[in-house]
Amino acid sequence: MTTAAGPAATSVPLVELRDVHKTFPAARGGTPVEAIRGVDLSVEAGEIVGIVGYSGAGKSTLVRLINALESTTSGSVRIGGREIADLKERDLREVRLGIGMIFQQFNLFRSRTVWGNIAYPLEVAGVARAEQNQRISDLLHFVGLADKAHSHVDELSGGQKQRVGIARALATEPSLLLADESTSALDPETTQEVLSLLRRVNRELGITIVVITHEMDVVRSLAHRVVVMEAGRIVEQGPVVQVLSDPQQPVTRRFVSTIVDDEPDAEALAALHARHPGHFVKLAFRGDEVRQSDVFAELLSRDVRFELVYGGIEEVQGETFGNLTLALDGDPAAVTAAVAAVADLVPTTELSR
Amino acid sequence: MNLDTNIGELWPLVWQGAYETLYIVAITLTLGGILGLLLGLALYVTRRGGLYASRATNLVLNVVVNFFRPIPFVIFIAAVQPLARVVVGTGIGNPAIIFALTLAAAFGISRIVEQSLVTVDPGVIEAARSVGASRLHIIRTVVLPEALGPLVLGYTFIFVALVDMSAIAGVIGGGGLGNFALQYGYRQFDAVVTWTAVVIIVALVQVVQLAGNVAARRIMRR
Repeated sequence: MTTAAGPAATSVPLVELRDVHKTFPAARGGTPVEAIRGVDLSVEAGEIVGIVGYSGAGKSTLVRLINALESTTSGSVRIGGREIADLKERDLREVRLGIGMIFQQFNLFRSRTVWGNIAYPLEVAGVARAEQNQRISDLLHFVGLADKAHSHVDELSGGQKQRVGIARALATEPSLLLADESTSALDPETTQEVLSLLRRVNRELGITIVVITHEMDVVRSLAHRVVVMEAGRIVEQGPVVQVLSDPQQPVTRRFVSTIVDDEPDAEALAALHARHPGHFVKLAFRGDEVRQSDVFAELLSRDVRFELVYGGIEEVQGETFGNLTLALDGDPAAVTAAVAAVADLVPTTELSR
Repeated sequence: MNLDTNIGELWPLVWQGAYETLYIVAITLTLGGILGLLLGLALYVTRRGGLYASRATNLVLNVVVNFFRPIPFVIFIAAVQPLARVVVGTGIGNPAIIFALTLAAAFGISRIVEQSLVTVDPGVIEAARSVGASRLHIIRTVVLPEALGPLVLGYTFIFVALVDMSAIAGVIGGGGLGNFALQYGYRQFDAVVTWTAVVIIVALVQVVQLAGNVAARRIMRR
């Protein structure tokens, strides 16, 4: 273990999965499904980790291994250093009390009021009534639903339902919150509302959050770190800015391209060429090492004219990066020399017709 | 139609029959209701993906329920008569009818309970598991409350079915409005007596069905 990477790395990770496999037995007449195929994952206390992947990538199963709603086929799952992979159901219930979970379809009890929903985990935990009341009241204020305490679940909007879900998940003061596609059933505005509530949960209550999503926007605006899953494996992970600005795997690039204009695809490129003469290059600006003005000055000094035809500047959690596609126009030799000079300043990709 | 009637002197027997019908159905609905609830719960929790999923147990339960449920009630009475003699000490009269009706009702109710419980969203059960609730606790505090509306409608349906089934009680000397209608109406060619019993049964069914609908609506808040 290294000791150089700050305080978090020296302590035990809150969640630690080692070579975890999960195979679901065959349905009648079918074949067994290998949902998780050897996953290693650490989640440090206090961080927000986004797990992205297409449906069927195994992310829902993975998150259910963390609170033992599903059992592992093999491998080790440690929560706060404690191995849970071979605990008995009775002991697992205790582990689950320390892990909150929210769901895409909210999964609220329709037979209970808002108050009753938040009370449920407290009843299960055997918390005294007076303490329950105080806790529920605090939570209702925290999620901004104090006036809805005695409403029935059916009377709430989607965003309100998810806020009740969050309050219920926080009732037993867990150190970890699992969010399973928690905003996928919500409209964009309500999504932002729920995301900002989750940010408060992390910042103000210090609760570690693992979010599963297929929406990169959720990752960009909420997560510190992103984990990309494909076919039951983790194929890429890293800080959000790094993964968004420099995706390595094809699946990651596809996800990133949903929110970042990386480079024009073949169709867009053909359309751009039809409108703009000249030579196309994509420049990848990262951090503040290279200023755009330096690059543009270099081009102009070589008598190469340019036009910005595609791309944009992204801001992620205070860091910016940009992918700019330029159409260069001028004497062919000058253009070639200019591209070579620019390539010394900033990663440059030539986009052929 | 012959409208000569003895209804005038039969009113005490009408009320006696109504009382017996209610009494037979009430006891049956209570005992059969509890047995059927337990059997229905067992069918539900042992299903694939259920809280106590067990393919073997589920298969056995299904075979048992499917064996007894299709037996026409009039034949069922005769078939379980020896068992009735052992359990309630007699093969005839109201106790024997209540015994047969309770058993038959339990099998029917088990299916209705199972059907009501499968309407419970598996997501809310997962939510309850995620906060550390035990399986028995989940059945008591989530599954049954969430399915209460359909359950009330199901039990109302069974009440009506039991009134219907209890009319055959006469074959082993049981009482009730059905028996009264057959004995004093049909066999005496007294249509007024028959229809008096019919009207009372219909009124009874209407009142109970209405109460069931109202209760279910309030529970489901729709």
